[in-house]
Amino acid sequence: MTAPTQTLAALTSGIATNGITVVDLTNTLSPDFPVIVLPSEFGQCEPFRMETVSRYDGTGPAWYWNNISMNEHTGTHFDAPAHWITGKDVPNGTVDTLPPADFIHPAVVVDISAESAADEDFILTREFLEKWEARNGPIPPRHWVLLRTDWHKRVGTLSYLNLKDDGAHSPGPDAGAMRFLVHERDCVGLGVETVGTDAGQASHFEEPLPAHAILHGNGRYGLQCLTNIDQLPTFGAVIIATPLKIQGGSGSPLRVIALVPGG
Amino acid sequence: MRKRLRYDDVVVCAPVTVPYERYSTQTAHWWAGKALRALSQATGLERDAIDGFCFASFSAGPDTAVGMIQHLGLSPRWLDHLPTGGASGVMALRRAARAVQCGDAEVVACVAADTNQLDSFRKTLANFSRFSQDAVYPYGFGGPNATFALITDNYMRQYGVTREDFGKLCVAQRQNARSNPLALQRGELTLEAYLKARPISDPVHLYDCVMPCAGAEAFLVTTAKVAERLGLQTVRVLSTIERHNAYPDDLVQWRGGWAMDVDDLWRMAGIGPQDIDTLQVYDDYPVIVAMQLEDLGFCAKGDVAQFIRRTNFGIDGDLPLNTNGGQLSAGQAGAAGGFQNMTEGLRQILRQPLGDQVPNARRSLVSGFGLVNYDRGVCTAAAILEAA
Amino acid sequence: MSLRPKPEKRDPLARKVERHVPPGQRSRAAHALAARAATGRFVLQQCADCQAVTYPPRDVCPQCWGDLVWQDQPRGATLLAETTIRATTDLYFRQLLPWRIGTVALDAGPTAIAHLSPTLAVGARAEIRLMLDKGGNAALFALAAGETPDMTDTQWREFVVPVRGSTVLVTDAGHPVGRAVVEALKAAGAASIVAGIAPPATAPAIEGVRFVSLDLTDTRSVSECLTDIAGPLDIVVNTARFVRPGQGLLDQKRALDVGVLGLLRLTQGCGPMLRGRPSAAFVDVISATALAPDAAYPAFSAAEAARLSLLHSFRHEMRGANARVISLLVGAVDDADHQSVPLPKVAPARIGKGVVEALEQGLETHCIGDTATEAMQRWSADPALFIRENSL
Repeated sequence: MTAPTQTLAALTSGIATNGITVVDLTNTLSPDFPVIVLPSEFGQCEPFRMETVSRYDGTGPAWYWNNISMNEHTGTHFDAPAHWITGKDVPNGTVDTLPPADFIHPAVVVDISAESAADEDFILTREFLEKWEARNGPIPPRHWVLLRTDWHKRVGTLSYLNLKDDGAHSPGPDAGAMRFLVHERDCVGLGVETVGTDAGQASHFEEPLPAHAILHGNGRYGLQCLTNIDQLPTFGAVIIATPLKIQGGSGSPLRVIALVPGG
Repeated sequence: MRKRLRYDDVVVCAPVTVPYERYSTQTAHWWAGKALRALSQATGLERDAIDGFCFASFSAGPDTAVGMIQHLGLSPRWLDHLPTGGASGVMALRRAARAVQCGDAEVVACVAADTNQLDSFRKTLANFSRFSQDAVYPYGFGGPNATFALITDNYMRQYGVTREDFGKLCVAQRQNARSNPLALQRGELTLEAYLKARPISDPVHLYDCVMPCAGAEAFLVTTAKVAERLGLQTVRVLSTIERHNAYPDDLVQWRGGWAMDVDDLWRMAGIGPQDIDTLQVYDDYPVIVAMQLEDLGFCAKGDVAQFIRRTNFGIDGDLPLNTNGGQLSAGQAGAAGGFQNMTEGLRQILRQPLGDQVPNARRSLVSGFGLVNYDRGVCTAAAILEAA
Repeated sequence: MSLRPKPEKRDPLARKVERHVPPGQRSRAAHALAARAATGRFVLQQCADCQAVTYPPRDVCPQCWGDLVWQDQPRGATLLAETTIRATTDLYFRQLLPWRIGTVALDAGPTAIAHLSPTLAVGARAEIRLMLDKGGNAALFALAAGETPDMTDTQWREFVVPVRGSTVLVTDAGHPVGRAVVEALKAAGAASIVAGIAPPATAPAIEGVRFVSLDLTDTRSVSECLTDIAGPLDIVVNTARFVRPGQGLLDQKRALDVGVLGLLRLTQGCGPMLRGRPSAAFVDVISATALAPDAAYPAFSAAEAARLSLLHSFRHEMRGANARVISLLVGAVDDADHQSVPLPKVAPARIGKGVVEALEQGLETHCIGDTATEAMQRWSADPALFIRENSL
């Protein structure tokens, strides 16, 4: 057994010598990065906003800084269990009370990019996951499950939210897949490239919005608006995702990075 | 109407003109001081002998007559300030004459002085009157040229007066100016040149307009006794009239306040238009000269075109008109323009002309017209003077 | 086909023509006249005692020294005299010479000096329009009786903002009101129309209209949109608004962010672009609830009131810059935001038409539809009572 100090030393030297690559899974936070749009009877998510306080000028001759404002679920962001009604009573379910150890977990990448390209409303099912395991091996416990859809390539276009007359269209899991991942594979959470862990049309599912309901009701997390998942191996990446410590917060924008073996 | 008192024992004397300049770097105060000095030199009066002061100016601001007497070191027992521009000369005479007659003052200096700095004309205009600011300047800012263009346009249409008729007046005045060394414009003006001049505000053309300048005019009103003591030649005041805001319901000004009071003017004088040797009328634009010919009784309303055509207005003519050239040729020194006709009227009958002498001149009619507060001149006045 | 406006023909080395404003000094009474001219009325003072009509504006009746009240007057007049001014010491008019004015006998009684339509001859009947000049002050303009103003007349153009040939920005073409404004401006001959769309709304296809992303709640978006326009900009029409009933704090915040801060972001950005254009205008489509709140829409009403206030300040700022700031007051719009509001409601197309009217008739305040017109009348008559009655 390696002593912890040696482990950390190996980690940092691995990063320094390129044995371990750091992949940034975060989209740039900007005013025009889209936020989720709910039906108009619901309150809406406020996008990122930035107003300059000073920029080496009369209001601050030697310094530059901005005021920023946004919804907790803006840009690349973290969903805590308290985000959903099913998780409202989960202990330590808000971002300020999460166990810090949960900020670092390994990840398994499930590639559904071909299916998503073929069908914008592709539904990830238990059956699909079982077949996937048959090809790639089992999804290990206490992992982030990251869905690769290549949706990040749509960032900057209207096809990212992909709103149509009948609502948003983007891939996501159904309830069966979520139960499988949570109860039978004990995932830490679900990470996606789309604006929500649920599919665009998930509010019309028989069990609506299953990713949110099942993840958060069981104390699991969500990561949305990720990018660069295509640079991760199927197994072996470690995710570092540390949401802001917002008192009673339901989630937070954050910088998500992945440690990937190999240069 | 109650019978008016005659101006017994009152005399007018010592007309002085401080030579005009097109532009001056001096102030109105300086010009007023030079006028007093000229008056003093002409009369031998010391400063403290002046016990009455009547002042007119557009460019003395922020000072009024009050600031002016302290500036000039006077201690008068009678003071008046006339903001009436072109009517101020006759009005100063009227006020001073009654003050002297009643003993409120004995030696009244009547002074008008204005400077003309590069920008003063524009500044004077911009702050001239509330009605002008509200209802005239926003309409093209043509200044008095535009206002008188409207009056002229209407007058020409109503009475069949032509540009040639106005031209005859302007050319005659220029001819009169040629012997006046102080006139700013003394070059020959032909009718052809007048007609071909560039339009300023149709139908007003260049030679219908006066040239703004700096200058000062003054005269003395006192008793016959004082004048005799000083050895001054004098002039008597036969009659005067004054009227403000006459005929407010006339849609466009086609007559002035003189028309309301002209009978009184001649009755008090006891003479008629045929007895006048020199006619010194206010001449900011020829249309106003024409209007005065009618309203003062030299011809009937509507006959002025014919009257102009048959009359010689030269110094040696039937009706010597504005014999120094008037403002049209001598220059318009602000409010001093309202004194210029008075000093010239006095000079001709005192036989002290600046230029040529009107032969056998004994009586002058001096007429003033002032203050285009809105769309017309508001103040009118006239006086008939006779050599003592 | 490029939707970018054709560049204006101008000698690149020539100094830019500086714009001036007409003489601006006025009496208090003349300002009162201007306040009424803003709505296109032709009013003059009339004596409360002897009924005499007076002009120029006075503070007391010249017939009997009674008090004066502003009354609508017949527009008829007769032209008595004219002149064409060819010389002036004023910088504004100097650029515009020759300039024709005349003396008109008003049917109402007094005579007045007025700007003249080129078709009006001496002796002919005239129709008086009470306009606002480039300095925002009242001015009488005499048209020939029955004449439709000629939008190519250089004198008339100083008092209006011609749409034909102009470059226009409409801020929220994702909403039916914005879309109607775009259509109306297009029909009126705008040369180049840029229409803002706040993502994720998508642009409808309108031929000849260039759609750009514009979100008034985002300072950067506003500046990027204006940067994208880059060239001359003559008219800005702000139709953006956020209408929600009730007391929801987030809705209130958003109503203020879109309506108030959005207006500020927009005016700060486009003000310098409008400055110095030969004929520029900023039109704000604003709810009549700006005058008195509709208690069912508290946040929206508050936002609109604040907006009206900002417009006054912006108007003051732009007065010296030759640009007109127009408040287009509308009642409840017949749109999805006002589904539960009883009739009458104003159609978006009517608002579009109103924008063109305000610009081309030279109005500064224009009420569109019965609701807004009545609101303005009641507010003008007795603001305290109107506010109370409006919330009963």
